[in-house]
Amino acid sequence: MAVPVAFFAVFFAYPVTAIVGRGLKADGSWHWGRFGEVLSRPDIGQVLWFTTWQAALSTALTLLIALPGAYVFARFEFPGKQLLRAVVTVPFVLPTVVVGTAFLALLGRGGLLDELWGVRADTTVWAILLAHVFFNYAVVVRTVGGLWAQLDPRQEEAARVLGAGRFAAWWRVTLPALGPAVAAAALMVFLFTFTSFGIVQILGGPAYSTLEVEIYRQTAQLLDLPTAAVLTMVQFAAVGGILALHAWTVRRRETALKLVDPAQTVRRPRGAAQWALLVGVLGTVLLLILLPLGVLIERSLDGPGGYGFDYYRALRSVEASGGTFLVPPLEAVWNSLRYALAATVIALVVGGLAAAALTRRAGRLARGFDALLMLPLGISAVTVGFGFLITLDKPPLDLRASWILVPLAQALVGVPFVVRVMLPVLRAVDGRLREAAAVLGASPSRVWREVDLPMVRRAVLVAAGFAFAVSLGEFGATVFIARPDRPTLPVAVARLLGRPGDLNYGQAMALSTVLMVVCAVSLLVLERIRTDRSGEF
Amino acid sequence: MAAGTLAAALGVSVLAACGGESDDSTSSDGAKSKSVTLVAHDSFAASDSVLKEFTEQTGYTVKVLKSGEAGEALNKEILTKGSPQGDVFFGVDNTLLSRALDNGLFTPYEAKGLDQVRADVRLDDDKHRVTPVDTGDICVNYDKKYFTDKKLAPPQSFADLTKPAYKDLLVVENAAQSSPGLGFLLGTVAAYGDDGWQGYWKQLRANGVQVVDSWEQAYNEEFSGSAGGKKAEAERPLVVSYASSPPVEVLYADPQPKEAPTGVATGTCFRQIEFAGLLQGAKNEAGGKALLDFLVSKTFQEDMPLNMFVNPVVDGAKLPTLFTDHGAVIDQPKTVGPEKIAENRDEWIQSWSSLVVK
Repeated sequence: MAVPVAFFAVFFAYPVTAIVGRGLKADGSWHWGRFGEVLSRPDIGQVLWFTTWQAALSTALTLLIALPGAYVFARFEFPGKQLLRAVVTVPFVLPTVVVGTAFLALLGRGGLLDELWGVRADTTVWAILLAHVFFNYAVVVRTVGGLWAQLDPRQEEAARVLGAGRFAAWWRVTLPALGPAVAAAALMVFLFTFTSFGIVQILGGPAYSTLEVEIYRQTAQLLDLPTAAVLTMVQFAAVGGILALHAWTVRRRETALKLVDPAQTVRRPRGAAQWALLVGVLGTVLLLILLPLGVLIERSLDGPGGYGFDYYRALRSVEASGGTFLVPPLEAVWNSLRYALAATVIALVVGGLAAAALTRRAGRLARGFDALLMLPLGISAVTVGFGFLITLDKPPLDLRASWILVPLAQALVGVPFVVRVMLPVLRAVDGRLREAAAVLGASPSRVWREVDLPMVRRAVLVAAGFAFAVSLGEFGATVFIARPDRPTLPVAVARLLGRPGDLNYGQAMALSTVLMVVCAVSLLVLERIRTDRSGEF
Repeated sequence: MAAGTLAAALGVSVLAACGGESDDSTSSDGAKSKSVTLVAHDSFAASDSVLKEFTEQTGYTVKVLKSGEAGEALNKEILTKGSPQGDVFFGVDNTLLSRALDNGLFTPYEAKGLDQVRADVRLDDDKHRVTPVDTGDICVNYDKKYFTDKKLAPPQSFADLTKPAYKDLLVVENAAQSSPGLGFLLGTVAAYGDDGWQGYWKQLRANGVQVVDSWEQAYNEEFSGSAGGKKAEAERPLVVSYASSPPVEVLYADPQPKEAPTGVATGTCFRQIEFAGLLQGAKNEAGGKALLDFLVSKTFQEDMPLNMFVNPVVDGAKLPTLFTDHGAVIDQPKTVGPEKIAENRDEWIQSWSSLVVK
């Protein structure tokens, strides 16, 4: 318990409170009036409004497009289903920077649509919304589809026998049963889109910014720390609200539903309507998910001298980046892997100890501790990075010039995943085994090694995979603290995109593709390990 | 609890101290290191031969680190003050100068050869925290071909830009992010006064002005008069750029035309002065000082115009013929004093953003 608490105190609570202090304290007194000043500014009002409505619209669109998908994946048996399920999940582990780049390749200047029909849709709301749907499709399919597969179809059939129409039966019976799962998925999507950073940064242009992007702009471009601090707190409050709602719906999800084995409900599609639905969903997946990724790969190969690996080769030289980096962009691959490894170790130690502490204790304190561990998911990553920058700059904690800073920030985001994966497994270990071992004279550490570890080894691997993937794609915090002589992959991609010229654009596409492959491989390995579905994800 | 926190913190510090990668620009025994790092904004450029000459003279090789648009590059240095990413920072201009100085970013140093620099650009002459390196005039450029084809006279003044004849033709940079964007905004402030400029921008907005984030994007992607814009089939014949942009178009055209394809609206100019300074906490101070001396040497000053398309600040530095043939000489650029900019810049940018971008 002491280690995770200390970790959070130093690397989370301290930087975040320091920012709040920096923004709201002047000459030793608090200025709560700044809230009013900042929030009454029309440009900030615009940002708040845009953040909210684009998140609401993204969520609605995602549900609209993904619910049929959830149904098809839950209820139909068709060839290639397993593969497709994995493909649908790929976007969610992709770094937002890659998603932004892929949609830029599709909708931006010189993109696919631009070449075919002269259509450009980057710097429009539509590009942002589409990218958000792409990113969150899997959330709905997995959360809602998982439950849908286990709903007993006989309940709906009973309603039909009693005279309800097909739609009425679905509306009255199935939807209420799915309700909590849909709500939970919707809230997750809302949370991700509300705090969207990388996607909006790349596709939004100067006119659109979410709170997260605005916090970054106020800090990096305007150096207006008070405004950034106020916005941080506003976002924190909003996210806290969303997380609380989410926790409540998750608790409600366990209501008395009659669940059956998914194998019983799955069947081959029958009749024109069902086939049409299946084809429609497959078409959606093709257009929405495979097309952007395909275009990204195509662009990365479409070099100045025809198709080939020119852009990939350019990644090996410092000169080709024109002084954007002090190292060849390809170095970023090794940096990212090194950072991700370090972050994974930190997240596993902290998260593992936290999960262990939570299994031993119950009650209000433990619940509060559990909630505390979830907070980093919600507080703006940009804020964490920014907080690191302004707090960890004095001895004994002068880490600004140190490489460890990046993995620390990334581990902070990885810990909640580790806890969520480990906790259910640890709770399932029979306590009497531990007691028996202790009675036979094993020390506590030996009990852990001999009893718990063999049982949780798989969960540890899965948790490690998550922590690794999260830190590979982390952008919001890293963009502040990664030094230009040691960029990570997402930061390098964003920097290349920010520079003019075909060569930089091509290199950004190539580097994004590299990052996509690294993440996809991590995911596939993860899927191989996860044969049992005991985790909460 | 507190003890645990401290232990964890110390553990991390020790970890960091042990785990740091070796950095080739420092050496533990304080021996003179062989490279000096210049942190600059994205538009910095110098001939390799000239940088080689510096190495021959001093023994230092120059590493150039481009750190983003001018404002962002400066803010990064301010946020990591005392632990800089390089030794010398180039590219803080008169619009941002006070921010850099107020934050104590630079170690004072009087460059050798500063006496050869024109007096009107030496804005920090009592303390020498920064050294002036170049000047440029930010002006609206026009695509000559477009206006001849349309039989329309190109605009010459700020007031012209709001006329219906020029509706939907102008692209400008975001004043919050790009130095030409801010320069153009300051030019309008100088022309219309503290009370008048917002009304002017409302008219510009009504006249369909387009805002993009960076100069590169505005000039090479949206402006129809530039070579890059032609290739991208850009549609806007007016852009905020520099008085030195037309010579650049001539230089890069193949074959070189007799006359520049673009012209300068001479009544829309704002004078920009760029400075360099020795970063506080530089790992290689001696190398940084040598580099500052070099930036105001004739060699570098005469190399600059054709690389960064700016004007030298050293008396007697020759301008290339390309500039004298095709460049516009701006007799009456608009200016705003650095103190006044310092007092009002944030407020101006904020109200500009609310007016034009959001």
